[in-house]
Amino acid sequence: MTGASRVRAVVSMQSRPILKSHARLQYDTVREAWALLSPERVFWPNEVSLDILRLCDGRHSVALMISLLADQYAADEAEIAPDVTGFLQEWSDKFLVTL
Amino acid sequence: MNEPVLPPIGMLAELTHRCPLQCAYCSNPVELLKANREMDTAGWLSLFEQAADLGVLQVHLSGGEPTLRPDLGELIACLARRGVYTNLITAGVGIADGRIEAWAEAGLDHIQLSFQGAFAATTEKIGNSHGAHEKKLDTARRVRAAGLPLTINAPIHRHNMEEVPDFIELALSLGAERLEIANVQYAGWALLNRKALMPEREAVERQVQIVEEAQERLRGIMTIDFVTPDYFAIYPKPCMGGWARDAFMVAPDGTVLPCHAAGTIKSLHFERFGDWSLSRIWHESSAFNAFRGTSWMQEPCRSCERQEIDWGGCRCQAMAIAGDAAATDPACIKSPLHARMGALINEAISTKTADTTPDAFTYRRIGRVTEPMVS
Repeated sequence: MTGASRVRAVVSMQSRPILKSHARLQYDTVREAWALLSPERVFWPNEVSLDILRLCDGRHSVALMISLLADQYAADEAEIAPDVTGFLQEWSDKFLVTL
Repeated sequence: MNEPVLPPIGMLAELTHRCPLQCAYCSNPVELLKANREMDTAGWLSLFEQAADLGVLQVHLSGGEPTLRPDLGELIACLARRGVYTNLITAGVGIADGRIEAWAEAGLDHIQLSFQGAFAATTEKIGNSHGAHEKKLDTARRVRAAGLPLTINAPIHRHNMEEVPDFIELALSLGAERLEIANVQYAGWALLNRKALMPEREAVERQVQIVEEAQERLRGIMTIDFVTPDYFAIYPKPCMGGWARDAFMVAPDGTVLPCHAAGTIKSLHFERFGDWSLSRIWHESSAFNAFRGTSWMQEPCRSCERQEIDWGGCRCQAMAIAGDAAATDPACIKSPLHARMGALINEAISTKTADTTPDAFTYRRIGRVTEPMVS
């Protein structure tokens, strides 16, 4: 890989996000909470973030994720779509998710 | 202490003080421990088990040079079994074939590799080690080939600050996900070598511009974490995220400390793992409780609205510059001694000898010198 060939991944409806190998979602029995472990930081995702992250398995497209989450939260797809894509773009930029 | 003590999240394990490099800014204490003082494999394994029980989620395996420990793979495997995230912090010089792959197999999560310069001549001069740069490049390639994520760490000071744009290109070319541009913190060996390492104000300002521009340009391509230089700051860093708040470190002999440099605060007494359990040290050690929370604070921290943002800053810097470990970190603009930071910069710059000559460095060596008395 050379520096010049590296470009920023941009989320689309066809993206199939997957957690990066160096990011690990695990249940912490001491604090009784889900933790996302990464090289220098530990994140404590809230319920909504957790529901999105659990779908980041490389099989669900973003479009399908939005549809499933809309069902789950009894919300409008158009309403939650910007939140979901915004979240995934941010987590891709943080190197926690591959789009 | 009125607030409950929460479990620690992170642990820095300094497995050894031995190191093939001799960097003059090393964060290890000036009085280094020899190999015969190091805790054995069973000791570290027991410590890691207790750390996982206590709630530690991340262990940074460091040194010295941690890869000099032949039992490193065994230590990684123990942590991985317990679901603890492992980060190996290495200089990447002289790692035998097959070891990186074996650590990956054992469950290592991430490697942080240091570069003293963006070019061979700088790396060799700063680390006082011939051929080090090429070996590091080779290590970086092997880390990527083993499928491990890579952070490049660049400790920055007067002698390599101009190479910051080159460090960025180097990290990109090596396929790193992350680059740390870490301005040297003046503790340990760096405090001893402060005059030789201190950058000029204009160079610091240029560096800030370069890094901020690169962070923007490389968003989503490579993360750049920027550790800014304390002496040029307005507010202090929340050192260790607050004293004994969510992280601690362990010296090669098993002594458990709230931070790297805590040993420079001579009024504190530290326990060794083995004499006490880790849980007892975390909860009951007088050194851990000395500056925990906010109740120990004096003015201006005591009435400051930032007290739970920066937790008073660095206790060791307060000790080194104010002569009082309970004082406000002089990096803070509200400290009555803040002007001293500027004076120390000016003093270092005005007395600098022929720049870039390494002669001014006291290179890191075991048994070389004693802890400096600096004020």
